[in-house]
Amino acid sequence: MVPLSWYLVLSAVLFCLGVSAFLLKRNIITIFMSIELMLNAVNLSFVAFANQFHNLDGQVFVFFVMVVAAAEAAVGLAIIIAVFRTRETLNVDRVNLLKL
Amino acid sequence: MNQPALNLWIIPVLPLVGAAINGLFGRRFKNSMVSAVALLFTAASLAYAVWVALQWWGHTEPYVQSLGDWISAGGFHAPFGFYLDRLSTVMMLIVTGVGFLIHVYSVGYMAHEGGYYRFFSYLNLFMFFMLTLVLANNYLLMFVGWEGVGLASYLLIGFFFHKDSAADAGKKAFIVNRIGDFGFLLGMFLLIGMFGSLNFEAVFGPLKTYSPELHWGILTATALLLMVGATGKSAQVPLYVWLPDAMEGPTPVSALIHAATMVTAGVYMIARSSPIFSRAPHALEIVALVGAITAIFAATMGMAQTDIKRVLAYSTISQLGYMFLACGVAAYAAGIFHLMTHAFFKALLFLGAGSVIHAVGGEQDMRRMGGLRKLIPVTFWVMTVATFAIAGFPPLSGFFSKDEILWRTYLNSPVLWFIGVVTALLTSFYMFRLWFMTFFGDLRLGEVDIGEEAHKADAPVQAQHAPAAHSHGHGAEEHGHSGVHESPWIMLAPLVILAILSVVGGWVGIPAALGGSSHFEHFLAPAIQAPLTAEAGEATARLELTFAGISVAAALIGFFFAWLLYYKRPELPDRITARIHGIYLLVLHKYHIDEGYDQLFVKPLLALSTYVFWRGVDQEIIDGTVNGAASASQQLGRGLRQMQSGNIRSYAAWVAAGGAAVIVYMIWLGVGK
Repeated sequence: MVPLSWYLVLSAVLFCLGVSAFLLKRNIITIFMSIELMLNAVNLSFVAFANQFHNLDGQVFVFFVMVVAAAEAAVGLAIIIAVFRTRETLNVDRVNLLKL
Repeated sequence: MNQPALNLWIIPVLPLVGAAINGLFGRRFKNSMVSAVALLFTAASLAYAVWVALQWWGHTEPYVQSLGDWISAGGFHAPFGFYLDRLSTVMMLIVTGVGFLIHVYSVGYMAHEGGYYRFFSYLNLFMFFMLTLVLANNYLLMFVGWEGVGLASYLLIGFFFHKDSAADAGKKAFIVNRIGDFGFLLGMFLLIGMFGSLNFEAVFGPLKTYSPELHWGILTATALLLMVGATGKSAQVPLYVWLPDAMEGPTPVSALIHAATMVTAGVYMIARSSPIFSRAPHALEIVALVGAITAIFAATMGMAQTDIKRVLAYSTISQLGYMFLACGVAAYAAGIFHLMTHAFFKALLFLGAGSVIHAVGGEQDMRRMGGLRKLIPVTFWVMTVATFAIAGFPPLSGFFSKDEILWRTYLNSPVLWFIGVVTALLTSFYMFRLWFMTFFGDLRLGEVDIGEEAHKADAPVQAQHAPAAHSHGHGAEEHGHSGVHESPWIMLAPLVILAILSVVGGWVGIPAALGGSSHFEHFLAPAIQAPLTAEAGEATARLELTFAGISVAAALIGFFFAWLLYYKRPELPDRITARIHGIYLLVLHKYHIDEGYDQLFVKPLLALSTYVFWRGVDQEIIDGTVNGAASASQQLGRGLRQMQSGNIRSYAAWVAAGGAAVIVYMIWLGVGK
């Protein structure tokens, strides 16, 4: 039986990887993927805890997260396409109009 | 007690209505309409006042009418109430009577001036406030009138407001009066503290239980504070400085406000407060001293003035000093008596001076007048009556009132009496000096050279008055410069009436020693609290006659010197002034009092206001706080704005950092343990 802490450490490592990729990468597609990575790192902890405590709430939550992630991906990718059509770039540093 | 309904409030309200009509609509009226409104309401007020006086003539107790509470705070009530006793009857009749005559005169005098409706509106407003002051039944309502006449005085002194000197004089009068009002207010607070009320009956009734020995401290303090208020309004030392400058106003204003009525408000207030003053003998001594000093001080300054209105201004201060002196020796009735006769002859003098100024086309300097006796005979004769009256020649009114004051002063303090007699001599001298310089000799109009020395010394005054002459000059141009002319009858009629009053006005108070019965004093007796201390000195008819003789002698000596110096040997004054050059210059410069006050109070206060209150408190602290708060949030905003770079990754970094901070915080708190 693999102890809970291993799952949590793996989840934390994956989450940190996601965060650092989000902050460091410039390609918006990569950034999008790093978000997915973070979400799935969280999912991993959910199932680990659910398994540990024999409680299905965690499993159910994972489905919610997946649904939200799918919806978000659909909207996000649409936005990315719209941005690419107008700016002809996927570099986030050059998409900096989100300010006053 | 079945009192007739006298409706005293009508008396002050009538002029107020006139002021409102002229003030609001007068701009569109013709001049004749404006004067009709002003005269109608003043005359109605006079007629009603006379009717009221006749209704209440025989009664000795006051008629009190309260129209309901004005201020009601806790146990303190100040009503809109009116109070008619014999003192306010006399004052009411003087104010409405002299006021009406001066209104009539003004119709002629102001005919060629701009702002005609404004002038009459202010004048009526003044009447309203003065009558409120006189008829109020409590100190607070009296104070309303007191401040109101100050306002009217300010407006009318600054009537030619486009002239800097007039605007400054108005401000000076207003500010100097504030100092006095400060004393009046503090006095009122002490009265509230003692009696919980400011109503005359509520104060004077319980006051009977206060003895001068046990409560001398609080009584003296109250009396002195009230006196400070009176010195401001009545232009006594040390607050007299505003009155000479107040002559910047049109001449009828000088006559009405700064001679006959408003400046006597202080004397009226002291007489009204006689129960307080009579229980504070130390305060009375100071009142007498202030009066005597003012009388002689102003008289000496009047001797060297060359501006006809300024001579009369100093004369007014000096005569007010007499009234203070009378109040100070607890001869309130004599003070009010002199107030009344002074109102007649000084109003006449000012109006006569106005007629002279009008005649010579705006010239106010007596050195350029002369020989006007033949040219303006009516003015000459009424001025003669007034001059003899103020100098104290029997049987004119001034003789009886002044003699009464001097006699009562002698009974109290021979030293003050001596000052009073010397003042009488000086008064006679400077008044006949004015008389001879104006009406005798040759007309010197248009001669510019006015003695090198005197001219230099007088330069500031000249500079001040040049515009005054100019503004009157409109009239001169219209009449042509062809010559001196008598004033129209609308101006002369009030002069003649006042001249008659100046002659007979004193006959109501002829003392027993001179074959009269001191009718005036007995008439006022119920309204005035006689002194508690027994009078010093033995009063005998023979002694009183002797003193009357001394007064007349003083007047004759003054007349003789004026005659000698300004008629017989007109070259003598220059030689004398050359001999006593230093003293002459000192007097000419009014003892440098104005400059002294300027250095002592005005400049330090100005510096304090500029550097501490304006640049320090206002600009640094108050503006600094407001501006500092604004610029601090601006700086903060500018800093926070850097976060909103638009760079998505930096936003993400902030989110991550925030999340990390929350986690660190939770670990540190130990959440979940």
